[in-house]
Amino acid sequence: MTAAGAAMAVPKVAGAYGEFSGHPDAYGVLHDITLCIGCRLCEKACVEVNDDLPMPEKPFDDESVLEKRRRTDDKTYTVVNRYDVESHQNSPVFRKFQCNHCMEPACMSSCFVDAYSKTPEGAVVYDASVCVGCRYCIVACPFDVPTYEYNDPLEPKVMKCTLCHPRLLEGKLPGCVEACPQESLLFGRREDLIAVARERIRKHPDRYIDHIYGEHEMGGTNWLYISGAPFEELGFRTDLGTAPAPKLTSGALSAVPIIVGVWPALLGGIYVMTRTKEKTTTREKDSAVREAIETTQAAADEARKKAAEKGKADKEKAVELAVKKALEKTAKESAEEGS
Amino acid sequence: MSEPGTSVERPLLSPFNIIAGTIILVGLWLSYLRFTGGLGAVTNLDNNNAWGFWIGFDLLCGVALAAGGYTTAAAVEVFGMKKFHAALRPALLTGFLGYSMVVVALLYDVGRPWRLPYPFVLSPGPTSVLFEVGACVMLYLIVLFLEFSPMALEWLGERKLRRVLVRMTLLLTIFGITLSTLHQSSLGALFLIVPSKLHPLWYSSYLPVFFFVSSVAAGLSMVIFEGTLARRGFADKMDEEHKRTADAVVLGFGKAAAFVLAAYFAIKVFGVALDDNWRLLATNYGLWFLLEMLGFVLLPCFLFLVGVRDLNPTLIRWAAFLTVLGIVLNRLSICLIAFNWQLPQADRYFPHWMEIGISVFVVTVGVTAYRFIVTRMPVFYEHPDFSEGH
Repeated sequence: MTAAGAAMAVPKVAGAYGEFSGHPDAYGVLHDITLCIGCRLCEKACVEVNDDLPMPEKPFDDESVLEKRRRTDDKTYTVVNRYDVESHQNSPVFRKFQCNHCMEPACMSSCFVDAYSKTPEGAVVYDASVCVGCRYCIVACPFDVPTYEYNDPLEPKVMKCTLCHPRLLEGKLPGCVEACPQESLLFGRREDLIAVARERIRKHPDRYIDHIYGEHEMGGTNWLYISGAPFEELGFRTDLGTAPAPKLTSGALSAVPIIVGVWPALLGGIYVMTRTKEKTTTREKDSAVREAIETTQAAADEARKKAAEKGKADKEKAVELAVKKALEKTAKESAEEGS
Repeated sequence: MSEPGTSVERPLLSPFNIIAGTIILVGLWLSYLRFTGGLGAVTNLDNNNAWGFWIGFDLLCGVALAAGGYTTAAAVEVFGMKKFHAALRPALLTGFLGYSMVVVALLYDVGRPWRLPYPFVLSPGPTSVLFEVGACVMLYLIVLFLEFSPMALEWLGERKLRRVLVRMTLLLTIFGITLSTLHQSSLGALFLIVPSKLHPLWYSSYLPVFFFVSSVAAGLSMVIFEGTLARRGFADKMDEEHKRTADAVVLGFGKAAAFVLAAYFAIKVFGVALDDNWRLLATNYGLWFLLEMLGFVLLPCFLFLVGVRDLNPTLIRWAAFLTVLGIVLNRLSICLIAFNWQLPQADRYFPHWMEIGISVFVVTVGVTAYRFIVTRMPVFYEHPDFSEGH
């Protein structure tokens, strides 16, 4: 089948959402949590390769930083947290946190200026030059990744990991991956990484939980995780489901053209109906009034006519009587004269 | 004759003007802090809580409570309920001012307000629900401005332009109702993308429907509520028709609000049932949800019905006030209280007093504009030169 034929064969349903299994050669990173020792060299490398990020106050080898649970902010794209997991013998567990680079990102779907894009290489990148600063992306992200420069009055930006997209285009590795001394971060094609992760889980069922986090979560992410400790105890949301974010709003958005099309006709129809009703009522009232007037008029005419006729008859009778009387009188007089 | 009745003397240094003036001065100072120090200088917003009081109150409550414009216009112009005609102009005015306040508040909330036209002129992102909200609010603000204009034009004595606008009434009304349906519901749809952050009792795939139906109740109640306030402050500006039909408006709108609240209660119950969230009612959030549903939906619905049966406008006015509170409670719950409910207490958001201060400032500017307009333009009375005799 030709490409055009294949495209034609895809049913196009308004509001329905086509399956997207990611750009075929998109890269990703597999974070094997069992290998992470919490050295934070990835954090250091991140600050070094991203010019806009400042060095933190405490040095990267200061272990007191790990006492507190941290999240990314406008000065950090990635953080490593320590989790003391009771059920896990290799306690403590370290886990790196950064943008997961969703295959169908919530930030991108929620952005009303289209500032986000998903590159064929796998990165989700943000264009500050069009950003209005509504921060809907921060609200929408299920992984709590994007952050904002709340203290910049003039040019505040959203800040988040770029998967070192500029470095990828130069053929280099992401800064964090390059710096990892433990190979806890493995860079490669996403599909290959899934195969590697499966193989590790198959070979060491005692070491890993049988789940690749990110394979299906929120439609799949380009960062993937395998772990020995339960994911929910390492700060992962395990209740996100597998539906990609755009699917959550596509139904509501597909109702828009229907309302735009139907509402004016419906409201116009209601208006015409009310008007017609009003007009009919007025017309019926008018005709009823007219009829009443006509009936009254006719009755009055009739009465007048009758009265007139009666009057006429009376008059004629009176004349007749008068004539008769006169005649009689004349006859009488002539009779008297004659006698 | 210029205005009906005897005009009340309104001195410059009245208590209202002194209080409003103080609030506006403080507001200007807070605005200076906001635009020179960034959002962080005046808000408690952070990376977990990117939306705060300005979105929860100014945008969500503001738009819902300004729904009186389209609901009244629908009743009078489309459904032909001419007996409510006197309520139309005040409703359109408060709608117009309400949406203006929403847009002013958004200028404070977004990081780079001068870029607000970008989604429509430079780089549209139509996959975003916010794009739809923005487009509809912008267009509806224009519609409301045009619907309000005849009042200003009668005041200014501009006959020609006024006649053109009055001829467009039906078109504007239908356009306005369509836009309102879209963005009232879309404000709910904004939260469809966060099932993992909004508490399941408030999250539902029916959120757009919930927001739309409750906005109708909000609009009807606000017309009653604002009418009550206006009667206290501006009785001298009201003509005989306005006064004569005031109680009919309260009874009619109260009856309609009772029906809408009953429908809203029903679909909210369906929402709980369809997601099978019954067990959550026994939690703390469940109690909060029940308070909202019983105290601020079912109770006002019942009070509306009793008020209509007993022809008791006072009771209906109280029910309307309760409904307005309920809408505020609902919108704040969805945007702030039940949002990020899984975060530890230390990471939760509570508004900074300066955020609330700026909201109060924006509302005060709106109320001041309202006073300026109703004391000058034919809002509560028919201008004798433009009487049409409905």
